[in-house]
Amino acid sequence: MTALTSPLVRLRWTLTDGLTLVGRELGRLRQEPGQIIAALIFPVIMVVLFGYVFGSAIQVPDGGDYREYLMPGLFAMVTFSAVMGVMTRMATDASRGVMDRFRSMPMARLAVPFGQTGADLLTGLLMLAIMVVAGLLVGWQPHRGLIPTAQAFLLMIVLRYALSWVGVYVGLAVKNDQVADAMVPLGLPFTMLSNAFVPTDGMPGWLRFLADWNPVSTLTAASRELFGNPGAPSGNVAWPLAHPVTTVLLWSAALLVIFVPLSLRAYMRRGR
Amino acid sequence: MSDPIVIAEGLHKSFGGAHALRGLDLSVPGGTVCGVLGPNGAGKTTAVRILATLSDPDAGHARIAGYDVVREAGKVRERIGLAGQYAAVDEKLTGRGNLRMFGRLYHLPRRQAHRRADELLDRFGLMDAADRPVAGYSGGMRRRLDLITCLILRPDVLFLDEPTTGLDPRSRGEIWDSIRELVADGTTVLLTTQYLDEADHLADDIAVIDHGQVIATGTPDELKATIGDRLDVTLEDPAAMPEAATVLNTLAGTEPTTTDADRLTVALPATGLRLADIVRKLDHAGVAAADVSLRRPTLDEVFLRLTDHKEPVR
Repeated sequence: MTALTSPLVRLRWTLTDGLTLVGRELGRLRQEPGQIIAALIFPVIMVVLFGYVFGSAIQVPDGGDYREYLMPGLFAMVTFSAVMGVMTRMATDASRGVMDRFRSMPMARLAVPFGQTGADLLTGLLMLAIMVVAGLLVGWQPHRGLIPTAQAFLLMIVLRYALSWVGVYVGLAVKNDQVADAMVPLGLPFTMLSNAFVPTDGMPGWLRFLADWNPVSTLTAASRELFGNPGAPSGNVAWPLAHPVTTVLLWSAALLVIFVPLSLRAYMRRGR
Repeated sequence: MSDPIVIAEGLHKSFGGAHALRGLDLSVPGGTVCGVLGPNGAGKTTAVRILATLSDPDAGHARIAGYDVVREAGKVRERIGLAGQYAAVDEKLTGRGNLRMFGRLYHLPRRQAHRRADELLDRFGLMDAADRPVAGYSGGMRRRLDLITCLILRPDVLFLDEPTTGLDPRSRGEIWDSIRELVADGTTVLLTTQYLDEADHLADDIAVIDHGQVIATGTPDELKATIGDRLDVTLEDPAAMPEAATVLNTLAGTEPTTTDADRLTVALPATGLRLADIVRKLDHAGVAAADVSLRRPTLDEVFLRLTDHKEPVR
């Protein structure tokens, strides 16, 4: 054991302890193969459900293939799942006393939120990879070459990381795994209220405003543009959709600036 | 007795308008077991949370092994272990996985963390279940794993917040054995419990807390002595109850309690009445007693007397 004294030592232990907690999440996955299988099946279900069931009835604005139109939306949906995943895990730790044990140990204070968000990033990459395979199987593909494609995935990862801090904060705020579980379905309207599955043109004005500013929409628009998939915003559209890449980066920065300090304060606060 | 290793002075803590602690003082000598007793809501858990650095007091201060729990929380954390009412282990991981992870988080090198995990699993009888996820453990096994997770660093002070609440008698016995073993190793244990027999079995000293203050301290025997011996009388004929009650009232100076249709019990003043006198007085009043016995009070009776000034009903 080591006293956490100098800033450099503290930083080192924050990283080491954070990695230990990332390893913990991986260990949990290994104990629960069912979860991996669910993670594998979920994207396939989404692709089939939206691609073929909804796709049969929805017209893509400029006449493209619906499944090409859909995949960026599904990537954004998977990205958004970071909020729910991290929230549930933080709330479970807080309600089961695991968080108290961490707090009573001589470990780095910041390791818990950083470990949790780091672990989510790995899970997110895995889910994204599976989604890509599912997409390729149904005929989706990027059309604009390597660099824009890489940029699109990078944007997803950046936004995912920012969103995972929202999960940390909400999980610490609710502190109760049952409440957190009950909140998970609320994620669906957030992703539906966007351009992920249908164009926002037809929505009533106020709803369209919300949908256009939804980070899910901007991420979807950005990926459509970078992948060269149909439905990329053009002409007279709302500002966030006209500048989707910038907006995704702004969203990510804003979420991090707000939720990292809030989460850290919530985690370190003593006095309950 | 060695110097106190846990010292709390004048701890105050309130949540909103509710005062959980109002000037709590506590002192636990090294290498002993201190049982903290109190009714629900008396402030036991709040006190433990402050001592374990999870919560800051509003006023007062506390030191563990000489380190202040607020200003030197890091030093304190290197010397304590905390096991709570809820088994604070990761249910998805195996028992071994949990111990290894916590060992790493205690900053043991990987190999040492693995070795320590095996040592503890072996010593506390969990080796057979080591590679099963904790979700499949029984309540007692979980609690034992929770307990040994605190022992990875061999802490100087162990805080056990109601370690056996909700366990069956057999599992409680196993936890008790584990705690006794720790004390034999020299660990100081601060134990909160609602089970009086638990404190009676394990604690060297007891602090009774009510309304956020310590209202009595002492060894179990000292506490029992403060309320005097108990006199139990079983009547041959329940109809003689009123007469018997009168006799006992005169003898003890307090109203006896009816514990059964034909049984009474009363606390005797510490003046030392002899059994022969009592039997004679009963006989004189025409009360036929099937059984008359003098006994030490149980800790339950001490507790009830101290915490709400009511005679126990049993």
